[in-house]
Amino acid sequence: MADSNTIIAPENLVYKKTDLLLDNVMHYCPGCSHGTVHKLIAEVIDEMGLQESTIGIAPVGCSVLAYNYIDIDWQEAAHGRAPALATAVKRLMPDKVVFSYQGDGDLAAIGTAETIHACNRGENIVMVFINNGIYGMTGGQMAPTTLPGMPASTCPTGRDVVRDGNPLKITELLAQLPGTCFVTRHSVHTPGNVRKTKKALRKAFENQLANKGTSLVEVVSTCSSGWKMTPVQANKWMEENMLPYYPLGDIKDE
Amino acid sequence: MRELKLMKGNEAIAEAAIRCGVDGYFGYPITPQSEIMETLMAEAPWNTTGMVVLQAESEIASINMVYGGAGCGKRVMTSSSSPGISLMQEGLTYLAGSELPCVVVNVVRGGPGLGTIQPAQSDYFQTVKGGGHGDYKLITLAPASVQEMADFVEVAFDLAFKYRNPAMILSDGVIGQMMEKVELGEQKPRWTMEYIEKNHPWATTGKKKGKERRVITSVQLESSAQEEFNHKLQAKYRQIEKDEVLYEKIMCDDAEYLFVAYGSSARICQKAIELARNKGIKAGMLRPITLYPFPIQQLQELAKQVKGMLSVEMSAGQMVEDVRLAVNGKIPVEHYGRFGGSVHSPSEVVEALEQKLIGG
Amino acid sequence: MKEEIIIAGFGGQGVLSMGKILAYSGVMQDMEVSWMPSYGPEMRGGTANVTVILSKERISSPILHEFDTAIILNQQSLDKFESQVKPGGTLIYDGNGITHHPSRKDINIYRIDATEEAAKMRSSKTFNMIVLGGYLKIKPLVEIENVIKGLKKSLPDRHHHLIPMNQKAIERGMGIVQTLQEKVQA
Repeated sequence: MADSNTIIAPENLVYKKTDLLLDNVMHYCPGCSHGTVHKLIAEVIDEMGLQESTIGIAPVGCSVLAYNYIDIDWQEAAHGRAPALATAVKRLMPDKVVFSYQGDGDLAAIGTAETIHACNRGENIVMVFINNGIYGMTGGQMAPTTLPGMPASTCPTGRDVVRDGNPLKITELLAQLPGTCFVTRHSVHTPGNVRKTKKALRKAFENQLANKGTSLVEVVSTCSSGWKMTPVQANKWMEENMLPYYPLGDIKDE
Repeated sequence: MRELKLMKGNEAIAEAAIRCGVDGYFGYPITPQSEIMETLMAEAPWNTTGMVVLQAESEIASINMVYGGAGCGKRVMTSSSSPGISLMQEGLTYLAGSELPCVVVNVVRGGPGLGTIQPAQSDYFQTVKGGGHGDYKLITLAPASVQEMADFVEVAFDLAFKYRNPAMILSDGVIGQMMEKVELGEQKPRWTMEYIEKNHPWATTGKKKGKERRVITSVQLESSAQEEFNHKLQAKYRQIEKDEVLYEKIMCDDAEYLFVAYGSSARICQKAIELARNKGIKAGMLRPITLYPFPIQQLQELAKQVKGMLSVEMSAGQMVEDVRLAVNGKIPVEHYGRFGGSVHSPSEVVEALEQKLIGG
Repeated sequence: MKEEIIIAGFGGQGVLSMGKILAYSGVMQDMEVSWMPSYGPEMRGGTANVTVILSKERISSPILHEFDTAIILNQQSLDKFESQVKPGGTLIYDGNGITHHPSRKDINIYRIDATEEAAKMRSSKTFNMIVLGGYLKIKPLVEIENVIKGLKKSLPDRHHHLIPMNQKAIERGMGIVQTLQEKVQA
């Protein structure tokens, strides 16, 4: 039987985690998409050589502690205000690279005004939008993107569109604004989708280096705890229910 | 000799901000302070000093842009008037909780609600007692002239950076809208990135190789960590209270009655002192220049000398509570003030002094 | 020396700018000055007023409820401010549109028909400078050369060619101001 030290010898390694992804134990639940997206962002920043020039803006929500996991400078914003912070950071330090990382409640409910106006001004930033259709951090309440009929703790019998309104397709809405240059929707539930998401993130950061305006990368995500499913069930449920409503692919690429 | 200009208090704030090398202004229009952003936009400092000026979509966005800029170690500011400042309270508590320096100008108007655009001083409680949630303080300067509107911009930034805490310039519609002579300072350069990185190592200017990453945040998941942080904040506030009290004493040497007033009310009380002394009443004034920290010790000293104090403010009686706390029952302390956008006249102030303290 | 003045009329009559020119003239003469306007919606088509203080000493309150001089340009302002002139003080008014004339016996009263004169000069924009001229004739507190300097400071560069016309209006105002009641003792 092979010695484990032999197995992990450098010449046997087929994959190495980027140094930008810190070794802190993630607080995310098993099956959560945040960890994967964090890794992709860390890889993109590392591969593009942007560690020293990137400032991340963390939201309020499950990813409030995103700054514990990626080894760059961070600012943690009040709920929904990340695009306002990002606006100022980028305008005051135009040679730095700035991205916000926000969930659906942050970007599409409480921070809708900041989101729309940052995009409308065409702020030269990247916005990463994690859409899992639920409020994870506060314990599974309805989100602006919760699907019709989908249960949450504040709509236990499912979202009633007459009472609660329809899920907000904010990404499509933002694509209408002349300030956005790249608006795209992805997922990280299969290796193929992970690769596509990484490509999109890279393009978004490249757009910023080329001063093209706002790039928005939505990642349709799972929340197995909030959805009360196993990670495998959650992936399947997302594919069958979320993706028909939030279809993957580029919405705008200029 | 430097040039004397005649300008409004609001214009003076804008001109002073450019001249002392402020990096960014983010704001949203509201009467009676819109001249601040209008002046900045007309001066177009991005062509000269490189200062960023941006009209945000709301006061909420403005204060959070200030947060972002302050987090980079930049000297950034916003301005508004009472209803807009109410909207900024979330941002202010986050700035205090993240220990970020910035300057916020409030050109106060009458409330509550949408209220009136006319001058008032009824945001005292909101400013010095909190406003947002949690145990925090705003360093608060109260200018009483257009010259002080100009001068206090740099004073406020210096204090804000010295203590890594937001600073408020608490003005009102009178001081904002009136014109007086102003002598503006020389144009100073903005801070370079090298200066910021050397002097403000906490600022998020991009993580350097081999150095720890910087995180600007106000979140503590463990209550013990939050308590420890709050102790640190409180220690900072005790230091501010010890070292940074500013005040002006007017005609106090022989005073038997004392006006306590700040901002435009202090100007009105100066005239009231003349009128009172013409009537044989020995009146004087303590003008707090910093409202936080409050000149508690100076009031305690004066309480040994005068027969009574009248807190004169364009509010239903806010600062009077702090005067009473300072004096601690030693002598009578009363309040007088018109409010809701009305401004008391010097003779009304003298009448109030006679009625409430001298007896008549 | 201290002169506390209220100038009041309709928005659009140049009340605020007259006050500004007067204040700037004071600055040019090394005086302390303050200029405190009414502000807000009442400016737009409604009444407008400004308190100007010229003084050799540091100015205390910029807000006053009685004045050495009231310069009054419409009926509403006359009704409001006549009573706020200090006994022995001065009231100057334009008679245009005035139906209830000032009645106090303890103040000096002057009339300047500046609206009519501006129409004669075919220059409604210099109306306020005619009024200013009338005031300066009665209260020569600032030298005319400092008024011209004040005008230069108050007007944007692109309007500097209008200064001679404004100067002429000031001189005209000095010529047409009439005394109605004078040398009143307080």
